[in-house]
Amino acid sequence: MKRVGVFVCHCGSNIAAVVDCERVAKEAAKFPGVAFSIDNKYMCSDPGQDLIKKAVEEHHLDRIVVASCTPRMHEPVFRRATENAGINPYLFAMTNIREHVSWIHTDREKATEKAIDLVRMAVAKVLHTVPLEKSSIPITKRALVIGGGIAGMQAALDIADNGNPVVLVEREPTIGGKMPMLDKTFPSLDCSACICTPKMASTDQHPNITIYTHSEVERVDGYIGNFQVTIRQKAKYVDHKICTGCGLCETKCPNKKIPNSFEAGMGNRTAIYKAFPQAVPNKPIIDAANCRKLTKDKCGVCAKVCPTGAIKYDDQDELITIDVGAIVMATGYDLFPWKEAYGEYGYGKYPDVITGLQFERLVNASGPTSGHILRPSDGKEPKTIVFIKCVGSRDDVKGKAYCSRTCCMYTAKHAHQAVDKIEDSHVIVFYMDVRTAGKGYEEFYQRTVEDGVHYVRGRVSKIYQLGDKLIVRGEDTLLGEAVQVNADLVVLATAMVPSAGSGEIAHIVGFSTDKDGFYQEAHPKLRPLETFTAGVFLAGACQGPKDIPDTAAQGSGAAAKASAVLSNRSMETDPLISQVNDAVCAGCGVCVGICPYRAIELKEITQRAGGKTIARRVASINSGLCQGCGACVAACRSGALDLKGFTNQQIMAEVDALCL
Amino acid sequence: MKTIELSSVLTAGKAFTAKVEADSKVNVRSCYQCGKCSAGCPAAYAMDYAPHQVIRMVQLGLEDRVLSSHAIWLCASCENCITRCPRDVDLPALMDTLRRAAYKKGTVAEKNVALFNNLFLQSVETYGRPHEMSMMMRYNMKSGQLMKDVFRGPELMKRGKMSLRPEKIRDNGAVRRIFGRVRASSGGEQL
Amino acid sequence: MKYAYYPGCSLDSTGIEYQLSTKAVAGTLGVELWEIPEWNCCGASAAHNTDRLLSLALPARNLALAEKEGLDVAVPCAACYSRMKATEKAVRGSEDVREKISEIIEMEYGASNRTLALLDVFTNQAGLEQVASLATKPLQGLKTACYYGCLMVKPPRLAEFDDPEDPQTMDRLMDALGAEAVSWPYKTECCGAGFASSRTDIVLQMSYEVLRLAKTAGAEAVVTACPLCMLNLDMRQKEIEAKNGVAIDLPILYFTELMALAFGHKPAAIGFNKHFVDTTPVVRKVEQGRRAKEVQP
Repeated sequence: MKRVGVFVCHCGSNIAAVVDCERVAKEAAKFPGVAFSIDNKYMCSDPGQDLIKKAVEEHHLDRIVVASCTPRMHEPVFRRATENAGINPYLFAMTNIREHVSWIHTDREKATEKAIDLVRMAVAKVLHTVPLEKSSIPITKRALVIGGGIAGMQAALDIADNGNPVVLVEREPTIGGKMPMLDKTFPSLDCSACICTPKMASTDQHPNITIYTHSEVERVDGYIGNFQVTIRQKAKYVDHKICTGCGLCETKCPNKKIPNSFEAGMGNRTAIYKAFPQAVPNKPIIDAANCRKLTKDKCGVCAKVCPTGAIKYDDQDELITIDVGAIVMATGYDLFPWKEAYGEYGYGKYPDVITGLQFERLVNASGPTSGHILRPSDGKEPKTIVFIKCVGSRDDVKGKAYCSRTCCMYTAKHAHQAVDKIEDSHVIVFYMDVRTAGKGYEEFYQRTVEDGVHYVRGRVSKIYQLGDKLIVRGEDTLLGEAVQVNADLVVLATAMVPSAGSGEIAHIVGFSTDKDGFYQEAHPKLRPLETFTAGVFLAGACQGPKDIPDTAAQGSGAAAKASAVLSNRSMETDPLISQVNDAVCAGCGVCVGICPYRAIELKEITQRAGGKTIARRVASINSGLCQGCGACVAACRSGALDLKGFTNQQIMAEVDALCL
Repeated sequence: MKTIELSSVLTAGKAFTAKVEADSKVNVRSCYQCGKCSAGCPAAYAMDYAPHQVIRMVQLGLEDRVLSSHAIWLCASCENCITRCPRDVDLPALMDTLRRAAYKKGTVAEKNVALFNNLFLQSVETYGRPHEMSMMMRYNMKSGQLMKDVFRGPELMKRGKMSLRPEKIRDNGAVRRIFGRVRASSGGEQL
Repeated sequence: MKYAYYPGCSLDSTGIEYQLSTKAVAGTLGVELWEIPEWNCCGASAAHNTDRLLSLALPARNLALAEKEGLDVAVPCAACYSRMKATEKAVRGSEDVREKISEIIEMEYGASNRTLALLDVFTNQAGLEQVASLATKPLQGLKTACYYGCLMVKPPRLAEFDDPEDPQTMDRLMDALGAEAVSWPYKTECCGAGFASSRTDIVLQMSYEVLRLAKTAGAEAVVTACPLCMLNLDMRQKEIEAKNGVAIDLPILYFTELMALAFGHKPAAIGFNKHFVDTTPVVRKVEQGRRAKEVQP
């Protein structure tokens, strides 16, 4: 005789405010097989879990049902509690009376009835449950970090310091990401490069870190502990083993007018180039699309001047395959393409309307103007500078609904730098709200105001050029009047968006993105660094807009998560996966094509039939890859597949409990 | 300036806000008062309340104040604001609704704007098309600006741009019936 | 190409040049304009301020008459275009609206036809290559400020053929006609339109801004596609000059007038002599430009 215990959670008032939990427990006591039933304020708390243990002892229970929140939240907690009470953790069923009942209904009577029905179904299901055992898979002790900005470098360094090898893949010819482009960092006004370039060097020199720059991840197979990764090392046309990085080639390259993305379009570079003097690796590559030798078979100057003969015009892309146990995504951000959206700001046709990142290059001592703020159109020092916040942010129509989090602070920093560097300047910041949630941030903003920066609360509706002035028309909403600024330079605080190509790489690695294309964390509070794909972790702005302190912290956090995976020789796997009944399987292979995790293949088995040994093909499940989604079960025409923990029998029992 | 006691104001204005939202199909709660509408409004300089303050008054339910404002009548319906609004708050549609409400309530602050609209529509009802000449004469008389634009008449006529006789469409009964049915249908705000 | 043609009230009165030049251009382009018989006023700015249902029903009657013929509707006036477009969208978007409107106008109207701006018809629909090939008397070197006004391209949900902030249709047309379109910032800012009679002071201010910026950008003429803009910028230009103590002297022309001129029509036949601001400098400039070009081989 099976003895089920039912535990109904109030979740404080989250459930109890709408569902009569006591009545649910009382009704549950009447269901067949139920030996004990009770409601409790917080089942997930220690006393709640103890309640399960005590009830099992006192009432000799052998199966547990908890009616509470989503299994995504606390199923592991209650499985452990079940196990601690001496019952196989899979002789447990959870039903969701919060998200599925109390949070979406208001009628107490009907909600309570629905909760009772859900518990009835869970009891029916658990009665048909069998004990399951976890299995274990080996772990490859190496991590892959995709993206070499501040998040990726931090993650790689921390994993490497933990004693595990790391492969860092970066799309650009240098690691470092956006941070080396910045001049100073808020709120301390530290030199950005002084923080970032040593970190780049440490990453480069760490014995446990292998860096592939100018490379992209092309394919990822496998599963947690056992990923197989294919990396495309794009042709560099320079043999970095021979090249000394002397830089002679760069000085002699005749094609000098290529916009340098490191200068955010404010400066130029040559066709053979290092993005900036502290690039890592500190060796050039050839930009094939702009090289006269590679496009027209003319020139060839770099090969002639190279003292070591490192130039390789016939260099080819190379595919590299590695095995890793965990992956950290750190693909960063790009700026919202405002020129495509904001006609009222000129669609980019006014040269003196620039972005914050371009301003960073203007104010940076290593930038194209050697740190003098000179406007792009005529190289003159602007006296009146307007900063406009939330360009693309908090604008669901033309841009993004979200707040980009960093702009309030970097705009305060820019405004401070402008009043600091330009005598007799007028610096005006148009804002809607000033958001300074960070240590020392509000104080920094106040200091900017003290410095003489004028904050005007309102959006700018239009910018146009009149002579050598930019006419900026905005509203001072606090005054209730329209204001106009005859400005020399306008700086737009453009929104942060996921970096170009981030959706494709998410697809390759195999995890989901949110509505804005940022990488989706498994749970914003409980699993903020994890994806829904086991073994794949998130760091930095690829997960959502972030400033440098938060990005570095998340890099370390993701490293800790990845290190935890790598710290074991093997790991336990969830037994809630598909199983094949070989006797029934016809070997049609429909399931092979349907499986989204590439977890099914056909294998040959031999069997005795009619006194003869015959060989035939049947489906076979890879327990490491199978995620228990059940797609194959629904597709199997011969009924040979079943999902452990969600068998057809269990599901039919649930349906019967509800309908009969 | 009188202090507004918000809880009573909000209680009193709740129904008004809801009615304006329903009639205009504009969600005024979307507005976060950035003022971009006011910044780009070419007529705002002549208004007693800036356009974003008109939304603010609807948000708070300040019915009397917004319906007797000049601002709602000085909106030229040029659509600049909605073209640039980051929250897709259709202010021109809101202004239409407020003008209609003010008209019904009899709190029109810009009498001449409403007068012109009325005379224009009367002319359309009568002839199917407006007749500028008679319309302008009636407008001048009723608005008490007898001499307004009088020198325009001959100038326009000289250029063949205004005629003494109204151009009447043959089927103007059809247009009159449209006006009649519209009157019987209470404005169609619910549509 | 055949379209139902809804001239709107202005084209028989204050916008007579628009009417004359439209017919001339349609003739040259081979676009057949079938004037909707016994069309009525669309209600312009007055109806939507007074009664929502009326503002939908008045345009709907005209659109329904065209729908019966299976024709798209070409509309020269920006204000009429905007009201008709709003009606078309409202009817297409809601079965309730469609039923109610059909009942009020005593005709079925299902918005199966499209409302097109005449500017769109004469450029994008007719094809600018054809326009260019017919421009036998190109407007050599004439500097124009293309003024779209507010309602031709705004709001964006109704704007279907061009950008609401920096439209290009008329600019490209000027290019096809051999004229130059200057870059200027007030292409789609409002002239004050509907307040011409009731709050003339506002119109004078708003139109002054438009004229001032067109002038500053180096324009020799402003090109418009709206009879209300024309009235405000042309008829009231003297008043604007007096009020602000400046000389503006900017001829205002409909895009159709410039098309007709480039197609070889006589200026007087297409209304050049009916403007308040003297348009002869435009004709002279164009002729000079052409002669200069002919001298140079």
